[in-house]
Amino acid sequence: MEAFFGYGFFQRALLAGLFVAIACAILGVFLILRRDAMIGHGLAHVTFGGVALGLFLNVLPLGAALVVAILASLAIMNLKERAGLHGDTAIGIFSSVGMALGIALATLAGRFNADLLSYLFGDILAIDALEVGLSTVLAAVVIIAILANYRRLMYLTFDREAAKASGVKTAHLDVLLAILTSVTVVLGMKVVGILLVTALLVIPAAAGLLLAVSFKQALLFSSLVASLSVVFGLLAAFYLDLPASATVVLFSFLLFVVFFLLRRKKLS
Amino acid sequence: MNEARELIRVEGVSFQYDSIPVLEEVSFSIARGDFMAILGPNGSGKTTLVKLILGLFRPTKGRVLLLGKSVEEFRAWFKIGYVPQKATHIDPFFPASAREVVAMALLSGPHVAGRGKKEEDEAVTLALERVGMAAFRNRPIGSLSGGQQQRVIIARAIVNAPELLFLDEPTAGVDAATQGLFYEMLHRLNKDQRITIILVTHDIGIVNKHVTKVACLNQRLVFHGTHAEFCQSEAFKTMLASGHLVSHTH
Ligand SMILES: Nc1ncnc2c1ncn2[C@@H]1O[C@H](COP(=O)(O)OP(=O)(O)OP(=O)(O)O)[C@@H](O)[C@H]1O
Ligand SMILES: [Mg+2]
Repeated sequence: MEAFFGYGFFQRALLAGLFVAIACAILGVFLILRRDAMIGHGLAHVTFGGVALGLFLNVLPLGAALVVAILASLAIMNLKERAGLHGDTAIGIFSSVGMALGIALATLAGRFNADLLSYLFGDILAIDALEVGLSTVLAAVVIIAILANYRRLMYLTFDREAAKASGVKTAHLDVLLAILTSVTVVLGMKVVGILLVTALLVIPAAAGLLLAVSFKQALLFSSLVASLSVVFGLLAAFYLDLPASATVVLFSFLLFVVFFLLRRKKLS
Repeated sequence: MNEARELIRVEGVSFQYDSIPVLEEVSFSIARGDFMAILGPNGSGKTTLVKLILGLFRPTKGRVLLLGKSVEEFRAWFKIGYVPQKATHIDPFFPASAREVVAMALLSGPHVAGRGKKEEDEAVTLALERVGMAAFRNRPIGSLSGGQQQRVIIARAIVNAPELLFLDEPTAGVDAATQGLFYEMLHRLNKDQRITIILVTHDIGIVNKHVTKVACLNQRLVFHGTHAEFCQSEAFKTMLASGHLVSHTH
């Protein structure tokens, strides 16, 4: 850990950014194929409520955000199954309630301004060494958890009933995915902010899916897009004095367009 | 019947979806080596029955024993292959290759501990060869035709060399020549490898050619017996007359 603190802030941000973006990309592939792409968006808004709650109660905002996000993702999942709601409807309900709660709590706490704004827009170049270290480790845990259950998750995503009949514990995996998504959204919030987390979850994964002819490729290509976006995004932010959240997302979109053109060329 | 020979026992099973009864008091058993057809008109509960046996739903009444174990406690899922109905409703953009789809059923667990990548590859290739799809192993599943996709799903169901194979209208959308080959293959799996087969079908040609036992459903079990008995039964005559059975030439 000591060596880690010895890095310059840029290297640290780069390392954490890479891990978080790759976790988002890999998870994003599953979320997109499950038609849950917007869950990141919903959870990010709920997370806003969580951060406000943390500020209000004077506890670690990230911790509060994580707990609230996990509870919300499990609730969204349950609502989908039990009430027969479409995923986007459940997400719509929770994201707006989370946001409303956040606004109310932040106003009550009287700390609406600087603190909360930093969570809305994120800035990985500005976060402290401890948080960067924590983000890196948590992102690595998310990546390992997904890869360890890779085949089961793929089977579940492809055909839930057949997976169940093959002995896959589908309910457990649903909970695992919900928790991993919550963790990832909270981490992504640190990198690009609440407003842009969806971009990290959706754009690299969508780009990867454009060119992949196997599931392995989908995960590899998505991770590649995520990594390149972080490297070039951070460099651009540093040298052009722009917010890193914006440059990372813009680079990922640029790569998405490149992949899209490559796909058109491949098909023609 | 001898315990070891009995693979499936369905005891007084009833089931309802949101209080609408779908199955009532269904009881029968399947012995090792049987090739059983489940017949019945649309909506008669065939798919529901298969899902109940596989533990995908809980019966509202009665119980199911799989290989001697109550289905809730059953864990040896690798001994079972399942081709769901309409397996061809596949997301055309799902990125998995044919071999990845087949390999999905090769799950790790105590029973497959130590299976290496090479053995896995061999198992997948063998299963794909059996359904004539080995040449397509690296193609994305979404880029295959409906019938080809169905064959890949069938390969997935047999990749673990199961003891029990459930097929819910497996050849819907598969061309006649391939159907013929496919049922020859099922016949061989049943005869040579003693795999027990439960087949949901509307095709009387297949029933007459390959099947040893027949169950006719219409919410209740209308008939259950050997193929010879079935041909003499009222159920058979009723089904033929009402046009619930089709016949293809194979
Ligand atoms: N998910 C569901 N929710 C409510 N009712 C259902 C559901 N699935 C099936 N049913 C009802 O249960 C009954 C039996 O359905 P099932 O799918 O088992 O029929 P089936 O014999 O397989 O028909 P088919 O030949 O069309 O495949 C039908 O009346 C159907 O309307
Ligand atoms: Mg059916």
